[in-house]
Amino acid sequence: MAIGLHDSQVKNPVLRWIDQRLPVVTMIQKEYGVFPTPRNFNYFWNFGALAMINLVIMIATGIFLAMHYTPHTTMAFDSVERIMRDVNYGWLLRYVHANGASMFFIVVYIHIWRGLWYGSYKAPRELLWMLGVVIFLLMMATAFMGYVLPWGQMSFWGATVITNLFSAIPLVGPDIVTWLWGGFSVDNPTLNRFYSLHYLLPFVIVGVVFLHVAALHITGSNNPLGIDPKGPQDTIPFHPYYTIKDSVGVVAYLIVFAILVFFMPNYLGHPDNYIPANPLVTPAHIVPEWYFLPYYAVLRAVPDKLGGVVLMFASIAVLFVLPWLDTSPVRSMRFRPVAKWFLLLWLVAFAVLLYCGGKPPEEPYVSISRAATFYYFLYFLVILPLLGRLERPLSLPESIARPVLRGGGPLPAGAAAQPMEKA
Amino acid sequence: MSVFGNTVRATFRALALGAGLLLGASAGAAPALAAGEATAIPDHRFSFEGLFGTYDRASAQRGFQVYKEVCAACHAMKQLSYRNLRELGLSDAEVRAIAATVDVQDGPNDEGQMFERAARPSDRFRSPFPNENAARAANNGAYPPDLSVIAKAREGGADYLYALLTGYSDPPDGVTLMDGMNYNRYFPGHQIAMAQPLNEGQVTFHDGTNATVEQMAHDVATFLAWAAEPEMEERKRMGVRLIMFLTILGGLAYAVKRRIWQDVH
Repeated sequence: MAIGLHDSQVKNPVLRWIDQRLPVVTMIQKEYGVFPTPRNFNYFWNFGALAMINLVIMIATGIFLAMHYTPHTTMAFDSVERIMRDVNYGWLLRYVHANGASMFFIVVYIHIWRGLWYGSYKAPRELLWMLGVVIFLLMMATAFMGYVLPWGQMSFWGATVITNLFSAIPLVGPDIVTWLWGGFSVDNPTLNRFYSLHYLLPFVIVGVVFLHVAALHITGSNNPLGIDPKGPQDTIPFHPYYTIKDSVGVVAYLIVFAILVFFMPNYLGHPDNYIPANPLVTPAHIVPEWYFLPYYAVLRAVPDKLGGVVLMFASIAVLFVLPWLDTSPVRSMRFRPVAKWFLLLWLVAFAVLLYCGGKPPEEPYVSISRAATFYYFLYFLVILPLLGRLERPLSLPESIARPVLRGGGPLPAGAAAQPMEKA
Repeated sequence: MSVFGNTVRATFRALALGAGLLLGASAGAAPALAAGEATAIPDHRFSFEGLFGTYDRASAQRGFQVYKEVCAACHAMKQLSYRNLRELGLSDAEVRAIAATVDVQDGPNDEGQMFERAARPSDRFRSPFPNENAARAANNGAYPPDLSVIAKAREGGADYLYALLTGYSDPPDGVTLMDGMNYNRYFPGHQIAMAQPLNEGQVTFHDGTNATVEQMAHDVATFLAWAAEPEMEERKRMGVRLIMFLTILGGLAYAVKRRIWQDVH
């Protein structure tokens, strides 16, 4: 080994030459090849990889859509229709991109739920979790601005409603809104900057995802038992075990994705967005895309505008401090006989908010939204801090390997150690 | 929607549920329609429903004739070009002939003048009015919407279009219409500016089909569904093939996964 070169184990001479100077091969081998991973993941652990793939799909389709899209109020709607009709497979690009946004939120919501249920946010993974919340916020901003680009009725009025939220800020609110719009209403400057930011933010997301994964590879993954691996018997190399398990998940994900894209491409959209934007005609109901509905319900649950805006942002901000609100040392809800019911009830509250967010702001939906919003915060701010002290968790298993060997299948415990039959 | 279509849709919904957050999906899709609640739109059977449904070409051609002779007096379809009609089974010569019956503005020529010429297949459908204001001025203040994507822009799609076109009647007792408005069971609010556009025998179909209101409504709804989603047949074909491929790939991936994990479990 020459001085200053990386001590590469790679055999192929070309790869070795590269690896000695820039050890990417070594890094991939270390982080995705032999990376020690808990042996007991269930399929909930697919969703991080799925989110990564979804991000790549969005960027790839988005880049090609951008080649054909025109960000101008008088041409945006028509340019999208031109993509649908005259660009080769343009309809496929656009439907994959539009439904890909929905798929992204489905995947990420399940990914977040996994974190909540198995306590993945707890020490030592607090920063990992917080980076995830940053990604979630960036995704929401990106999705919101992307929905404005086709310049349909919901694009225009959704943008008007959401940007107007900032006018609730005392004193400087209206000035901020004018600044965001680049004028005195949502108009061409707004569309131009949203397009620019919609192209920029995904690459910011890529950067934060890199940090998210880097942090993950320091602490290692959590697992369904929520206990730390105690030795090599508790872990398996990432490849081939989790590369193949993720592959199974990817195919299932693609099937759901394909059903949406090919057979119900507009099911999750709103018919009004096929009406060109018209500042003089307000739609009967202005609703955001389905993945924003829970937060929209929180916003509308508060009778005061500023209060609603504050609470809406707080409903996500509270996730940042979640690692310190949950005082229980036990991660997985499997061993928290009381907390798990409160968390399931929180999931119900979230679903109720999602439902109410799509309904008109009238009774009984307002009262139901208020009750659900109340519980949403009660869980994080009161129940979790108290339960850490009051709840008696079940006894934790000694190690990951033991319950797997004992309960892992029909084979007696000793049989699992037998080598695999010659493939 | 046919019973089969409903079953398929229900299955998809169940599958989507499985993917999680379905509540989100159904709540998200249904939401906005509540206001100005109209009568529920009845299902009407169309050839293009279901997994393998295709556009009935004869019906869509008749629908184009209805559009051309009736709707086009007020409604533009500016996203479509005459050349697109080839997809409905019209020959190149027929498309040229149809385009040639229309004059469009072109220019400027070498002298800087705009001029009129016969349309070519590459031209967009000519709009009946030069702009929205002109359209409103000619229609008692109401704007006849562009029909290019109307089947995607209304809840209920083609079912709604059929219901709307066949839903005219005298107002029920106690309902007073505003000046110039017409009663329609299926229009949100029931008062629509458009007078009943289709009347018995209004067009003469070349294939001898009897031009009842229902027949014309069915045909024009088929035509508008095609106009909104001309890619639908290719999309469904691709979807069926892709999902078959993914199902096989998924089976293989799962088998490999079981094999690899044999020594861990």
